[in-house]
Amino acid sequence: MSERRHRFWHDVVKYRTLLLMLAPAVLLFFLFSYIPMSGIVIAFKRFDYVGGVFGSPWVGLDNFKFFFESGDAWRVTRNTVLYNLGFIILGNLLPMITAILLFEVGGKWFRKLTQSMLFLPYFISWVVVGSIAYNFFSYEVGTINGLLTWIGMDPIDIYNTPAYWPVILLVVNTWKTLGYGTVMYLAAITSIDKEMYEAAEMDGANVFQRILHVTVPNLYPTLIILVLLAIGNIFQGDFGMFYNMIGNNGLLFSSTDVIDTFVFRLLIGSNEIGMSAAAGVYQSVLGFVTILLANYAVRKYDKERALF
Amino acid sequence: MSAAVVKHSKDRILLSVIGYTLLAILAFLCVVPFLLILSSSLTDENTIRMEGYKLFPTVFSTEAYKLLFEYPEAMIRAYGVTLMVTIIGTAVGLFLTAMSAYVLCRKDFKWRNQFTFYFFFTTLFSGGLVPWYLLITNYLQWKDTLTVLIVPSLMSVFYMIVMRTFMAGIPEAITESAKIDGAGDFRIFMQLIIPLSKPALATIGLFTALRYWNDWYMALLFISKEDLEPLQYYLYKMLGNMEGLRTAMLGSGAGVSIDIPGESLKMAMTVVACGPILFAYPFIQKYFVQGLTVGAVKG
Repeated sequence: MSERRHRFWHDVVKYRTLLLMLAPAVLLFFLFSYIPMSGIVIAFKRFDYVGGVFGSPWVGLDNFKFFFESGDAWRVTRNTVLYNLGFIILGNLLPMITAILLFEVGGKWFRKLTQSMLFLPYFISWVVVGSIAYNFFSYEVGTINGLLTWIGMDPIDIYNTPAYWPVILLVVNTWKTLGYGTVMYLAAITSIDKEMYEAAEMDGANVFQRILHVTVPNLYPTLIILVLLAIGNIFQGDFGMFYNMIGNNGLLFSSTDVIDTFVFRLLIGSNEIGMSAAAGVYQSVLGFVTILLANYAVRKYDKERALF
Repeated sequence: MSAAVVKHSKDRILLSVIGYTLLAILAFLCVVPFLLILSSSLTDENTIRMEGYKLFPTVFSTEAYKLLFEYPEAMIRAYGVTLMVTIIGTAVGLFLTAMSAYVLCRKDFKWRNQFTFYFFFTTLFSGGLVPWYLLITNYLQWKDTLTVLIVPSLMSVFYMIVMRTFMAGIPEAITESAKIDGAGDFRIFMQLIIPLSKPALATIGLFTALRYWNDWYMALLFISKEDLEPLQYYLYKMLGNMEGLRTAMLGSGAGVSIDIPGESLKMAMTVVACGPILFAYPFIQKYFVQGLTVGAVKG
């Protein structure tokens, strides 16, 4: 035993510089990631500021019970998962098509310009996107209502109609991430062996057959990995997007409230700290399980690409 | 690419027609919202109120920008906060990321895997928003400080891994000889590894800077003092609040009767808030593409 302890301290001394270099990062993650994990107990308490995290009284599973019995749990979980499924499908299909076309047509100049234009929305904040959305959808001055009036139709009240929003959010998310996805798929296409193309052309394949039978199958590995990783995060809503597009507009919550916006509102708006923490723990645990499953699936498919 | 095979067969022509059309439409759709806010910011307020926002200004007016530059204090203050947060956060964050990535890529470091797991685990599981929020507000008491805008967002595990992957590609022979000459680990890092990692540093640095520049979330949670509001959060507040817009522009003493060109002003503020990014974009874009491609190899 003392032999082993001696060895340990010997190693600490030996690696002292490396350990010191790592220390700031270790402390940062301890402070902002590991300490909050112990705060999970709040989900089982009735939080009051006097008692703090550890002094507040226990309430067992009451917070979870309220969360599930109010129907909120089902609503926000369904919204989060459905939106993410939509984002995954459209957010992979369109970039894949775009990348293939970019690779096949056009000279260097056209390709570069197009790629730059597609990648532009990735660089702006969700606040700016929110402002753009206002420009389009405002009832009084919005571009869309301007167009509708111009062609002789009645204006529509987009900010008060939940039914429009799934489509709008799908479009906005795809718009913002298209360039990012295209870069990923373009990188995968560029690494395809040129000889496979030549072989296909020798066999008399036309260009569409070649894309369908050579390019697309070669993109499957990238597609499968990206989809599995995204599925691992299927319970995480993009707070920035939902909050800047919808804000605190309660009229739209039925179709737009996701777990993250719900947790935020309970914490900041209504000060329901216990239930907010319970919803957060529910999300964390679901997320942990799905990411383990997703990683297991990636491992089965291609060991090299697995996260761990 | 295979255009090297110069063949103008029917299928190729058809593909070109489809390709050029679809790509042109998509590229146009990606850029047109920016043109729309620019045009809206340059349109006369009364015209907007009557006809709505439009892609081309029917009645041109620089009224909104004039007002913005006539009372620039709030905007300048917000720019100042964002600049400071971005510069300090990026410099410190990048240094810490590179330093830890270097330690984690050293194959002779005994606890390399344990520490990698220590960092990685935080991406799999978290305590959620509430405990983290209470830690910062109640225990650290960082509400309404510059610290809260900088410190919690300094590092990201993903950037650390990308950086480590890059550094692992630096030949060991280079550091071996320095070691024989008696250089310590920290000196090797500062004098050899950093200069050799310039491409990765540029990419990760730009990603970090962009994240700080576009951040509004930390301010939404933790900032209530006006002089600590960063640019994006200031824009967020102004978009949702016409009254605040008037007060910010004219000062609280101004009579309520004074009308401000609110609709065009909102758009002018948006233009001013994303202007620097759009200007820098052509020059920095390629570093982002590089970074994504490195990250894609081993996410």
